[in-house]
Amino acid sequence: MIDALGQPRTVLLLGGSSDIARALARAWARERAGLYVVLAARPGPGRAAAAAELAALGCEVEEVDFEATEIAAHPALVEEVAAGRDIDVAVVAFGVLGDEERAWQDHAVAVRLAEVNYVAPVSVGVCLAQRLGRQGHGVVVTLSSVAGERVRRSNFAYGASKAGMDGFYLGLGEALRGSGARVLVVRPGFVHTKMTEGRKPAPLAVSADEVADAVVRAVAEGDDLIWVPRAMRGVMSGLRHVPRALFRRLPL
Amino acid sequence: MIARGLGRSYGDPAQNAGGEVLAPLPGAIAEPAEDGTVEVSAGTSLHELMRFLLPRSRFLPVTPGTRYVTVGGALACDVHGKGHHRSGSFGDHVASFDLVLPDASLRTVTPDDGDLFWATVGGMGLTGILTSARLRTVAVESGYISATTQRLPDIDSLLAEMASSDDEFAYSVAWIDTEAGGRALGRSVLSRGDHATRAQLTGRAATEPLIVPGEPRLAVPFVPPVGLVTRATSRAFNELWFRKAPRFRSGEIQSIGAFFHPLDGVAHWNRLYGPHGVVQYQLVLPEDRDDVLRSLLAQLAGDRHPTFLAVLKRFGPGNQGWLSFPTAGWTLAVDLPVRPGLARLLDRFDEVVAAAGGRVYLAKDARLRPELLDAMYPAAARFRALRSDLDPHRRLQSDLGRRLAL
Repeated sequence: MIDALGQPRTVLLLGGSSDIARALARAWARERAGLYVVLAARPGPGRAAAAAELAALGCEVEEVDFEATEIAAHPALVEEVAAGRDIDVAVVAFGVLGDEERAWQDHAVAVRLAEVNYVAPVSVGVCLAQRLGRQGHGVVVTLSSVAGERVRRSNFAYGASKAGMDGFYLGLGEALRGSGARVLVVRPGFVHTKMTEGRKPAPLAVSADEVADAVVRAVAEGDDLIWVPRAMRGVMSGLRHVPRALFRRLPL
Repeated sequence: MIARGLGRSYGDPAQNAGGEVLAPLPGAIAEPAEDGTVEVSAGTSLHELMRFLLPRSRFLPVTPGTRYVTVGGALACDVHGKGHHRSGSFGDHVASFDLVLPDASLRTVTPDDGDLFWATVGGMGLTGILTSARLRTVAVESGYISATTQRLPDIDSLLAEMASSDDEFAYSVAWIDTEAGGRALGRSVLSRGDHATRAQLTGRAATEPLIVPGEPRLAVPFVPPVGLVTRATSRAFNELWFRKAPRFRSGEIQSIGAFFHPLDGVAHWNRLYGPHGVVQYQLVLPEDRDDVLRSLLAQLAGDRHPTFLAVLKRFGPGNQGWLSFPTAGWTLAVDLPVRPGLARLLDRFDEVVAAAGGRVYLAKDARLRPELLDAMYPAAARFRALRSDLDPHRRLQSDLGRRLAL
């Protein structure tokens, strides 16, 4: 159960080695000792480092092998994790960015990006919705992106995949209304992480910890859609209405 | 499913994520029997019950800080009041109750039934659905209290005063200024009293001795966008409250509502805390662990958390209720607006309280970690075993039950 102070007891991190997932677990662990964290990620040094870091913060950590594109394994994975305990918060934190130009020219790269960023989130989303709906409480947090809000030429393959998953999860949240389970869609702007390393930061760039703090607050408040930083909401709202001919000329 | 009364619990015992919550039926009260007991439906509020009993010169032996709770809720939480040191808690005055068990059978349960009675008293509604109860009442001459109020400069004088002379009064509770630290730590206003006799009443009270408590006169109309309980307002309020109290005044005639239920005068007072709300933290410590009490008060005073209302009371011995809260010692209740860092602070308090042999009150809890429950309530394991027998399919569920794995 998420308690009166908005604190979860059990957190499932899908893509648990990602910087934002780790920052989120740290933020919850700082508030409260004894957090149970399930790190679902590819085995390797990244996951091991995340596990060690969270254990040092007093979390009880369970490591689970997870591969986003192994769709067929997802239902069993969610059921197994939830077998012993209710899932209070599940975070869909995996995704790829890659080379934007190859992502629409190289067939294999384009398909894989769509699979990881859209098909896999749909797959885990369905499993999580079933499970959380059944238990009658809990929040699915999904990391969307402002790139999906108005898809632009410079990263449209990524943006389109995020637009798709964003829409799916917003709809999932509506479908779950009344069941007790909720969905929170998070739209960060540019975040300084491994995924964006070496890229030129966009205006209003934030750190993974800032995203985490915003998510912790939003889960406690019961929000269903947030932008990080908050100012991004206004920026994107404006950009959505820019005519295509003008939008094309913007240095975005 | 879970039964809900008037929803006045600060915690989550009457919330049920994804499940059914049963609302109470309107109250029904039968004429008191020869022996002073009265049969009431579980959905009867103590407000209705008092308004029924007082004109008949009867009163409830235990009244909590609000009249707007149901008999079912009061029994399931085994609530206490200012008179615990003399008259125990709500469950001590229940002659019998009717309970619908999870298998849908109806049972009339008395204290002679042992386990089921004492698992249900304080059992947070998880043993069955209460439908009615037979309660013992006490005779009173009036609907007034003869109150004695005194100001005490620090914690030492307060604890000494309560330990030495509480037993002379039927009712006793102290309001503590938790914002005051240092030498003024624990400065407080001690309020004690007894039911007023007819002879003590003068003026208007004498012409209408069996006055009944009325409905709230004021209301907070909406939730303000930001909480109004901040460090500054709570400091000012506490200072004012302390200063306006008399140094010593005895024999003041107060109505039952003013003495027992001051907050009932303002409907929806909880809205003042703003959209983030408030948690109430109530703990009890064994009488000889006043060192821990002092240390917790010092931490509250030193912390940046504003605290509006803090009350201290000395409990008498507890009853056999498996999950009943009261045990002999000091009980402190603090209202804390929800703010970042509160979870950590209260987790720390929980550990100190458990280590000192104390416990927190489940009726007010919405955040305790399940690991500490068994240390605080040694009968929790028995309670779980009984539930497994009575309710193997877990037909009764609440957020509290789920959160604490009860």
